[in-house]
Amino acid sequence: MRQSTAAEAVLQRRKWELPAYRGRARRIRPADLFVYAAGALILIIAICAAFPQWIAPYSPTDMMMDAIMQGPSAAHPFGTDYYGRDILSLVVYGSRDSLYIGFMSVLVGGLAGGAIGTLSGYVGGALDAVLMRIVDVLMTIPGILLALAIAAAMGPGMGNIVLAVAAASVPGYARVMRGQTISIKNRPFVTASRAIGATPFAIFWKHVLPNSLSPLLVMATLGIGTAILTGSGLSFLGLGVLKEIPDWGALLSQGRGYLTVAWWICTYPGLAITLLVLAVNIVGDWLRDRLDPKRKEA
Amino acid sequence: MLKAVTGRILSSLLVIVGSSALVFVIMYLLPGDPVASMIDISSASPETIANLRHQLGIDRPFLLQLADYFGKLLRGDFGQSVLNSEPVLPKIAKHFPATLALAAASAAVSVIVGVILGVLSAIHRNKPIDLIARIVGLLGISMPAFWTGILLLLIFSIRLGWFPAMGSDGWRTLVLPALTLGLIGAGFIVRMVRNSMLEVIGDAFVVTLRAKGLSERAVMYRHALRNALIPAVTMIGVLAGEMLAGTVVIETVFSRQGIGRIIADAIMAKDLPVVQGVILFSSLVYVVVNLLVDLSYAVIDPRVRRSA
Repeated sequence: MRQSTAAEAVLQRRKWELPAYRGRARRIRPADLFVYAAGALILIIAICAAFPQWIAPYSPTDMMMDAIMQGPSAAHPFGTDYYGRDILSLVVYGSRDSLYIGFMSVLVGGLAGGAIGTLSGYVGGALDAVLMRIVDVLMTIPGILLALAIAAAMGPGMGNIVLAVAAASVPGYARVMRGQTISIKNRPFVTASRAIGATPFAIFWKHVLPNSLSPLLVMATLGIGTAILTGSGLSFLGLGVLKEIPDWGALLSQGRGYLTVAWWICTYPGLAITLLVLAVNIVGDWLRDRLDPKRKEA
Repeated sequence: MLKAVTGRILSSLLVIVGSSALVFVIMYLLPGDPVASMIDISSASPETIANLRHQLGIDRPFLLQLADYFGKLLRGDFGQSVLNSEPVLPKIAKHFPATLALAAASAAVSVIVGVILGVLSAIHRNKPIDLIARIVGLLGISMPAFWTGILLLLIFSIRLGWFPAMGSDGWRTLVLPALTLGLIGAGFIVRMVRNSMLEVIGDAFVVTLRAKGLSERAVMYRHALRNALIPAVTMIGVLAGEMLAGTVVIETVFSRQGIGRIIADAIMAKDLPVVQGVILFSSLVYVVVNLLVDLSYAVIDPRVRRSA
């Protein structure tokens, strides 16, 4: 009798843990609401980037001499800067560069890193050894420092920032994709298709690649957040593009000089970066929970 | 055991040689003429430019330059600033303590906040504390360091006047920068510890411990936690790199005199030898920290001790 109660207690405890998992399919969890909100936010920012003229109340280059350094008001919800430019309009127009840096550098870095990792893992042998030692060494240089060095040597420019941020992310992608490729290429179904005479390329294209895409996708999504942060950090440090419409990092950096008198110049562009990165990360976490079978069980 | 340790140290030495070479190769390959940052090329005569190139040694073949570079490194010569010929290594040595203090204080904040929140979050899954921990985790990895720093400056130093807005003397100047950088680290650690703790809690040995009637507290803190912390320790190694890199932005925001500031200034001035020197130095620190992390596994994890 006593024994069975102990076993029941254990079962009870296990049950207590299970409902969250079991209920997943039936009701919308609060966590899902975050994902919807994040998706909506990314959509809004994407619309801002695509059609800023529809959304921004003023032109971002319009210097309103009668409204210099004004705090947030009905006319200027985010206030104005030293030149009388409307911060909300600058933030709306600045979204384009931040999104561009985020997506392009992940695309470039993910493709390059993914290709190196897959090749290294699939071919193996000496090529693998050499490529992975290079990756090991690249890993020892913290990403933003590598990006800084590249951006500094190549000079300011949007393309250079994308390249710098992308290069910094290559080793991470390469390492993950290599691991994934090796684990898949040793699975029985791959051995089986080799046994029935599939060519190495066919195996690679039909089995290894599709099966390794989901970790790459998750990593890339979370990588967009990192890329936006690194990119805006570089332009905050003055390595961005000097042009009429600053991106969020540069806008923030310009506002630093007026911190004691105009808190809004720095605050809103920073809030924009945070919200965008937050939204991307929430979507990334959700994708990972969806696609990673190990996490689904946990 | 001793064999494994020596092996690990030797491979770290190899990585150090590799990253030194890599830093050189990056600087060698990148466009951008060092002479152009020293003098005005358009008005200088071709001989002056050629002379200067010769003085800098950049007119020699790649391998000779590489060999020369390693020779100098071995003698502790990290090169000189192209602006004022100041040697780079003493400059780094002078400013490193300020950066080390910042990195150490931030790491302490990250580990304390991160581990406590991460563990509580996993134990009290789907409770309010879990929500708080997950928000801290997400904010930590989503807020740009320069913005967090500026917000803290606005609130605690400009509005409330509790802490100085700039400088690198005394502990009071350290509080805000360490909090800024610590929040980022805490974000990473919370997520890591929560995940590994949840994974461990699902393990068969935890079910066994519960079934044999051990109190929940003992199961969690005496058994689950110790296993969950192992991946978190790896994270500390990765974090060391993040902290070093984070100081570039943070030291600029808080006007601290550290090596992050040196590199930020050198980049603006196109002083590539200084950039190269600081990056090299940072990667050496990173390799050493990660070596220590690897060696500490043997202390924390009996499985590693036995297999090694």
